[in-house]
Amino acid sequence: MGLNRLRGSLRAVIVFSLFVVLLMAGYTGYKAFGQSVDDAQTDWAVIGSILPRTDDLTMPSVFEIISGIFAEPRGINEAFGSIVVREAAFTLREAAVGFAVGVIVGLSIAIVLSSSRLLERALVPHVIASQTIPLIAIAPIVVIWGRKNLDFLPWEWHDWMSVSLIATYLTFFPVAINGLRGLHSPSAEALELMDSYAARRGQTLWRLRLPASLPYLFSAFKIAATASVVGAIVGEISAGVTGGLGRRILLEAQRYTTGPERLYVAVLFAAALGIFVFLTISLVEYSLVRRKGTEAVL
Amino acid sequence: MKARQTMLRILIPLLTLSLLAAACGDDEAEPDPEPAPEATASSDATEPEPTEPEPAELTPVTLQLQWFTQAQFAGYYAARDLGFYNDVGLDVTILEGGLDIVPASVLDTGAADFAVSWVPRGLVPREEGANITNIAQVFQRSATLQVSFADSGINSVSDLAGRTVGNWGFGNEFELLAGLRKNGLDPQSDVTLVQQNFDMLALISGDIDAAQAMTYNEYAQVLETVNPDTGELYQPEDLSIIDWNDEGTAMLQDALWADADRLESDADYRDAAVRFVEASIRGWAHCRDNSDPCVEVVLNNAPTLGESHQAWQINEISSLIWPSPLGAGVMDPDLWAQTVDVATSEGILAAAPDDGAYRTDIAEEALANLRDQGINVIGSGFEPVVVELREGGE
Repeated sequence: MGLNRLRGSLRAVIVFSLFVVLLMAGYTGYKAFGQSVDDAQTDWAVIGSILPRTDDLTMPSVFEIISGIFAEPRGINEAFGSIVVREAAFTLREAAVGFAVGVIVGLSIAIVLSSSRLLERALVPHVIASQTIPLIAIAPIVVIWGRKNLDFLPWEWHDWMSVSLIATYLTFFPVAINGLRGLHSPSAEALELMDSYAARRGQTLWRLRLPASLPYLFSAFKIAATASVVGAIVGEISAGVTGGLGRRILLEAQRYTTGPERLYVAVLFAAALGIFVFLTISLVEYSLVRRKGTEAVL
Repeated sequence: MKARQTMLRILIPLLTLSLLAAACGDDEAEPDPEPAPEATASSDATEPEPTEPEPAELTPVTLQLQWFTQAQFAGYYAARDLGFYNDVGLDVTILEGGLDIVPASVLDTGAADFAVSWVPRGLVPREEGANITNIAQVFQRSATLQVSFADSGINSVSDLAGRTVGNWGFGNEFELLAGLRKNGLDPQSDVTLVQQNFDMLALISGDIDAAQAMTYNEYAQVLETVNPDTGELYQPEDLSIIDWNDEGTAMLQDALWADADRLESDADYRDAAVRFVEASIRGWAHCRDNSDPCVEVVLNNAPTLGESHQAWQINEISSLIWPSPLGAGVMDPDLWAQTVDVATSEGILAAAPDDGAYRTDIAEEALANLRDQGINVIGSGFEPVVVELREGGE
């Protein structure tokens, strides 16, 4: 068993590395192709109009992007990549808090709504409607409101906590919807069995409905975790919160002309952060839910 | 029983994990909003008096910027980090801007005490009911340019006819639109207006013939980029610029705004406003006379910015402020009238704002205090220097 598992993860690492190498090769290949077309002075209109340009400003070479990670900005003895990693940790904190709060809120909504068909019918449309409000419309409002109105809390309210709230706004939704579905998932026989035990509503929830909804919940957690990173980055950009990846991306976009590789590095690290949180959730799911299969709750 | 254990086994680690991640971020990611005072003092040898020990009672004040830390706001950072605000009894917190942050609205909600905002961007919320007022017109000129390559043949506004002209939109385009109309061009039909990114890629790639640029930012970015034809950086003579100050459609930009109601009802707030403007102008005068240490202050607050780019920026910003014939921060009524004219004729404002939209009494009191301290608040002798830009603005 252990050996198989090791082999499995080794294979995953190899496949992923292969994918990265292929991506780099494809990028370099396209760039070389585009430039050779350019050099030959042919008027091939597809590159540069439909497909992206291949010059060094639009597509810095893979080598330039990688050296951008290790380059030290003037006057600091720290590699650019290490600065961005610190900023990614800042964004991860926002996202993690947003995720945790989102899971609690989403799960509570699912439990409340699953208790009554009437409530479910009345309120699910509102839950859905909440997601149609664009994030950039609420982000500045949340941050300004947080600065001004949350000074009664026992701890000091920081702007990054407002960004966490913005991330929560994205994360509670999949948890609530999938959770609701999961709570309804036990079969009628299983529910009747609980009834025959004279189980109280809370007992049915805790021993049957919640365990049965785990596969649904973990799908939701994966969506929510990546969404929380997106929410944190967009929230930072929109509301002007300093210290994280969002600010880094905005700054590097503004001065793109003078250092395109820095924007590439920032965006790649943002993608890596998304992959990281996804893998973390998958790992938790793998180590916990997999064992549950033998207990045959479903 | 097993089911319950499973639930706990899953939920507890999951929540712990996210809290753990939260805690991890805590120690290292917290940005240092203020460099240690001694570090600033020692890095700035030209500052004659080291920061005095803080008097017991400082009034806390927050300033909302329109964008994030860069030399555009050097005067405020210098005033904070070199202790000018402390000298007048203020403890100033600087809030950076964001993509969707409207400083005038932040000010109006009371989430900041003062705000830096372009004049049109202050007047629009004001017309919509935000009771704010311009207490110090810091920049006396507009920094907006329309930049094209010299070999494109665009040397005047009328040469833009039939060309693809970039602009940022979001209220940044009105000087351009008014300039086109003034020269008999219809912005709808005589030129192709396109929205442009913050960067200058579209101009350099040839997608647009003329790009919007600020003297202190995007224009310099072009000059920090290598010209593939020569292998050297682009030179000013490679570019042709249209300056809206010369065309007569310039609109006033960075100004300090305050809450108009509070100025009337709260004597302490008005007093703080005078002191705030006083120390801010002192910061700007300091940056005029000591531009290199001011670049240092900016870089302390935003270490990854490019040094030569910020040196260029501070020089350009000083040229926007100095000389100020009426005294820095005092509104020039002619420029105000021109800004309002453009704003009303372009439909940004429905009507000209009333007299309360700006006031000069606070700036004049502040300047009187500064004159008493022997600080030159007109800057008549100011001459911009030539800043050498390095590749990438490093």
